[in-house]
Amino acid sequence: MATIHSIVPACAVLVPLAAAVLILLSRRHEKIREGWTILAAAANFLIVLSLLPQVLAGDRVACTLIELLPGLDMAFRVDAFGMIFALVASGLWIVTSIYSIGYMRALREHALTRYFFSFAVAIAAALGIAFSANLVTMFIFYEILTISTYPLVAHTETEEARKAGRKYLAYLITAGVFFLFSVILTYFLTGTTDFQPGGILAGTGPVILQQILFVTFLIGFAKAAWMPLHGWLPSAMVAPAPVSALLHAVAVVKAGVFGIVRVVCYVYGIELTAEIGMGTLLAVIAGATIITGSLLALQQDNLKQRLAYSTVSQLSYILLGVALLTPMGITGAMLHVPFHAFMKITLFFCAGALIVAAGVEYVSDMKGIGRRMPVTMLMFSIGAIGICSLPPVCGIISKWYLVLGAMQAHNLAAFLVLITSSVLNILYFFPIIHTAFFEEPESGREGVREAPLSMLVPLAITAVGSVLLFLAPDVAFLRLVEVAIGELTGVLP
Amino acid sequence: MISEHLPILAVILPLVGALTVLLAGWAERRYCYPVAVAVLTIQFGLSLAILREVLRGGTIHYYLGDWAPPWGIELVVDHLSAYVLVILVFLSLLSCIYAKRSIGGEIDPQKTVAFYVMFLLLVVGVCGITVTGDIFNLYVFLEISSIAAYTLVASGREKKGLLAGFNYLIMGTISACFILIGIGHLYVVTGTLNMADLARLLPPLYDSTIIHVAFIFFIVGLSIKTALFPLHTWLPDAYSHAPSAISVLISTVISKMGIYATIRILFSVFTVGFIVDHLPILEFFAWVAAIAVIAGSVIAIAQTDLKRMLAYSSVSQMGYIMLGIGIANSVAMTGGVLHILNHALIKGCLFMVAGAIIYRVGLRKIDDFKGLAGRMPYTCAAFFIAAISMIGLPPTVGFMSKWYLTLGAIEAGEWFFVVVILASTLLNAIYFWRVLEYAYFRHADAETPELESRVPVSMLLPMLVLAAGCVVFFFAVSIPLGIIDAAVADLLGGA
Repeated sequence: MATIHSIVPACAVLVPLAAAVLILLSRRHEKIREGWTILAAAANFLIVLSLLPQVLAGDRVACTLIELLPGLDMAFRVDAFGMIFALVASGLWIVTSIYSIGYMRALREHALTRYFFSFAVAIAAALGIAFSANLVTMFIFYEILTISTYPLVAHTETEEARKAGRKYLAYLITAGVFFLFSVILTYFLTGTTDFQPGGILAGTGPVILQQILFVTFLIGFAKAAWMPLHGWLPSAMVAPAPVSALLHAVAVVKAGVFGIVRVVCYVYGIELTAEIGMGTLLAVIAGATIITGSLLALQQDNLKQRLAYSTVSQLSYILLGVALLTPMGITGAMLHVPFHAFMKITLFFCAGALIVAAGVEYVSDMKGIGRRMPVTMLMFSIGAIGICSLPPVCGIISKWYLVLGAMQAHNLAAFLVLITSSVLNILYFFPIIHTAFFEEPESGREGVREAPLSMLVPLAITAVGSVLLFLAPDVAFLRLVEVAIGELTGVLP
Repeated sequence: MISEHLPILAVILPLVGALTVLLAGWAERRYCYPVAVAVLTIQFGLSLAILREVLRGGTIHYYLGDWAPPWGIELVVDHLSAYVLVILVFLSLLSCIYAKRSIGGEIDPQKTVAFYVMFLLLVVGVCGITVTGDIFNLYVFLEISSIAAYTLVASGREKKGLLAGFNYLIMGTISACFILIGIGHLYVVTGTLNMADLARLLPPLYDSTIIHVAFIFFIVGLSIKTALFPLHTWLPDAYSHAPSAISVLISTVISKMGIYATIRILFSVFTVGFIVDHLPILEFFAWVAAIAVIAGSVIAIAQTDLKRMLAYSSVSQMGYIMLGIGIANSVAMTGGVLHILNHALIKGCLFMVAGAIIYRVGLRKIDDFKGLAGRMPYTCAAFFIAAISMIGLPPTVGFMSKWYLTLGAIEAGEWFFVVVILASTLLNAIYFWRVLEYAYFRHADAETPELESRVPVSMLLPMLVLAAGCVVFFFAVSIPLGIIDAAVADLLGGA
């Protein structure tokens, strides 16, 4: 395992930032402004992709930007796990950009410069989190992500949106404070904040302090929307659909779970986490969130709200997988990061298409909508089937590993949680599909047509992507996970 | 040749400058501004030269008139003095540039000459304090700058400014009396006024009641000057009713001057041995500061007037600096001293923004700021950056001082202070975010009248320079840290 020094990781963060500046500068020219977004998204994806061969070969690509404080660098280091998150965030940014343009134009939204600017900064922050080599760098980008997504949540500037924005900040800035405390305490205990596959905390400080630190880390990662710190996520659904799609199903929430996985595997180390009993704590939290989240999703009539609670529940799949502390469990957790992203973004894209094309926001209004918008609802069904972990969509692969992980850990409770959750998923998704395709349409919907192509194509791409990932999971993600697991287990006895 | 005399030049130059402004103003009123700016620019160059000398050759000792201390007056410039000097002169320069247009509507034109003269006299006092090594000198310079500050606060057209200035005068004079009595006590016992000499002569007398009394007089006097909660009562009125340029000046320069004087008295006259072992005053200081941090922020949340909100925020931020000094390990002190720079950048920028909003649309109440970002994009962007920095979020300087203060508190095992520092983050977020939300995410109900077509460059530029500074010094924090490390080592070295 070699470390290659290169400025490419920094470029991946700087390209969206540069795009943000260009977007501001060309605020008077709509076409040019949107051109920058698309161009930057494409360039960014290629840059991330160019790192893939080296990472797959087991190398790490490192880049130190500046020394912030003695012994504390702002630095990037791309490893297999970071690569997974980066590929997802940058790849889906392209489709979301196209979708955004279609969605925002169709609804004649205002303040588009602010919108695209914030979006680009948020993507830069997500990539910064993916590539960060230590906790300090991660914290910096984590906070940037919080601030840059606030304008997107409060975008419509209605009282409801402002309220949601305040709630968003209240949760996430408070969490940020806990995160900062944890970073500083880690630095105090170990003298470093670097991510190491075996962890850095072993043998430092009393056990009780390590346990407290683990809890403050968990609170710090409230972006993972584990219960009871999930309240911001359903409220944030007042944001435009593309925001919910990329940020609140992919970038922001995944940054939260990504952080927790990093902390468990690379700061504490699997052994230490097990030793101080924190794996159990995390498993209990995750298990409770999975079930409660699904139950709450059942009660939502607002489609985006239902998807939001589904996200809350699905994110904890990843936490549960890590909490099992077995190679299979972690494999499932890491795989679920990209797989859930593809499926959930499809569902949110469809929800947005329904708003734009038919003005439908509630499940009870969706009677027969599948006859008017067959493509959208077909893609929706693919996403939904995937979330329910049924073939032929990628969701089943990560679920498979998660269940294996539960068995490997001899954890019957986790096994039951995973199975129950699948049943609950079917219970809240299949009625939607049934309503859309098999109930008689209400009158007055005759004129409803599919959403514009700029929205339809992105949602088809992600839906087909979810199926392709099922057919060929080892093109990128499974191999990346194998490399990451190799790194992690290589240091285990 | 000249480089030998740099310390005294730092006092003489603005003094001569003040006279020049007076003469220039006699000839033609509008010459005052360029002369004042020119003087301060040269002064800034001078202070940078002093800093360079200190970095190259260590502490500068300058004997006035070649009279050796303790008989003659000694000027001493060490790392801390040079660091503070550069910051304060830079902020004075920026607020002077800013003053040109901002005082237009706030001050009677015939007072312009007096305004700039007083401005430069204030700088004389500030520079004098930072370079002197003599305790009575310190008192005199403190009074020069304070008196100039009283008049400047009262110089506006607003009636309330006059009252605020008077209030400030009363409190400031009480504080000066306390300090003078403290100096008297020390002189009676030791027969010297030189700081280094005092630090040498005092240790055998540390158990003497007179020394203890003197110390208490100093502490009370200096706490009033730095507006340490609960002795801050003069501050909110003075900050919010002064002309905008003066709000900038006193919130950055005068407040830091008080902090600097406190550090000097605590560490260079009394030394760590006294304040830790004989009178555990630092512990007490840290607790008072912690209360100030929380109380200042909580009161700030309740304010509806932007300048007043910023003023209470200053009470809280002074607490931040004192907390770092009170915890008194090298990490926390680094945080405290670093926050002198950070707070100057941030608060200077915020008061400039407040002034620009008053100048451009005549609004002071936060509730009236609806939709302001659309009309004043650059000003609001500067406010955004400074606010983020005040909350302590990266990538801005505020994060750095928070990092050091928290780490220092953890190192000292002071978990309560850790909670205070982190909780203040949230309180800051509450009152700054309210402003941002009004400016960015609400539509104006009715168009407010435009007083001026746009914010003039002379006001915008200093504001943007400070906002940029907030970001630049996040990435380049090693530059100030290099100086601060040496300064903190000096201060704690006596232990």
